[in-house]
Amino acid sequence: MAGKPVLHYFNGRGRMEGIRWLLAAAGVEFEEKFIEAPADMEKLIKDGSLMFQQVPMVEIDGMKLVQTRAILNYIATKYDLYGKDAKERALIDMYTEGIVDLTEMILQSVICPADQREAKITLVKEKSKNRYLPAFEKVLKSHGQDYLVGNRLTRVDIHLLEVLLYVEEIDSSLLAPFPLLKALKSRISSLPNVKKFLQPGSQRKPPHDPK
Amino acid sequence: MAGKPVLHYFNGRGRMECIRWLLAAAGVEFEEKFIEAPADMEKLIKDGRLMFQQVPMVEIDGMRLVQTRAILNYIATKYNLYGKDAKERALIDMYTEGILDLTEMMLQVVISLPDQREAKISLLKEKTKNRYLPAYEKVLKSHGQDYLVGNRLTRVDIHLLEVLLYVEELDSSLLAPFPLLKALKSRISSLPNVKKFLQPGSQRKPPPDMKKIEEARKLFKF
Repeated sequence: MAGKPVLHYFNGRGRMEGIRWLLAAAGVEFEEKFIEAPADMEKLIKDGSLMFQQVPMVEIDGMKLVQTRAILNYIATKYDLYGKDAKERALIDMYTEGIVDLTEMILQSVICPADQREAKITLVKEKSKNRYLPAFEKVLKSHGQDYLVGNRLTRVDIHLLEVLLYVEEIDSSLLAPFPLLKALKSRISSLPNVKKFLQPGSQRKPPHDPK
Repeated sequence: MAGKPVLHYFNGRGRMECIRWLLAAAGVEFEEKFIEAPADMEKLIKDGRLMFQQVPMVEIDGMRLVQTRAILNYIATKYNLYGKDAKERALIDMYTEGILDLTEMMLQVVISLPDQREAKISLLKEKTKNRYLPAYEKVLKSHGQDYLVGNRLTRVDIHLLEVLLYVEELDSSLLAPFPLLKALKSRISSLPNVKKFLQPGSQRKPPPDMKKIEEARKLFKF
């Protein structure tokens, strides 16, 4: 019984935003059911809808999938955004995991207690500048192509754009030394589905409000 | 230029052990180069062999792969341990990620500072008992098959066996209420490649030695 995927999560970026981005980039319409009170979460758990009592959970193709990577992998495969063979998938996975590590660091800097925030933000800036941004700039430089893997759009271009926007939100000067990343950011942002998702009124979620 | 995969990591379980298990279960011989001093790590970084200056790194089929999941996914695909289609892969991924979450909690216990350890062990036992073991027992109960997905061996049966052995090391009574998990543990342990890996003399690494962890902490500054 195919219908739109249904996303169960809080009304915020968190660990669901990467999934929203990928669905949007693939041109897939989706519904969202927001968890707004403990009772909402309790109901999902009581109904046995959450394998590990955690969200994100996405209802898609008759499955109730949890675990961000499982959901992303399924969507990427379904919409042909996961490369053409195992070796391309290996590169996509390696690059994606680096991006996920950076995204996790950014998430930690948002959800941590206020007294730890400055130290965590400093760490994010340091790792962005010295580890992650150079690594991806190097990939683009190595082949000179418009996309990270296989000379065509795959999931990892979308994941990278998303995190580059977060890096920019933290400190827009961080991107300055990376011309190829800036060019990719422009290029991917201009793809029709992505451009639409970037506009106000889409299901893209705003920065976390520490309050 | 095919040859044996080469694993670059410390001489311990850490984030490489699940990769060792999967290769062993697939019957794949592999070499290991151990990082024993900061200079070893510096050399790998200086030679540009670590995309994010981190290990695990596995040289396989002309690639220098880093990131545990990228490595596991490639090996699982190559040796046909990743299910038959996208839906099986989704289940395998979902189950694997839960196991990795539990394994990560265990790793955090090992590398935590001594004064935090007891609290982390309590949390670990609680999650094991109330979240993870019941979830996998329920999967096995739901289909009554010998393997978690697709009625044949896939990577997730190996990942599950590995973590069940760690649970047992932590507290052997934790497995008691889960007959189907105990049966799977027995069954998978008896598969020839797995049985061999479980024997002394294999490349399987022993439980962490806390003294060595403290030495490593000073050396590698974590």
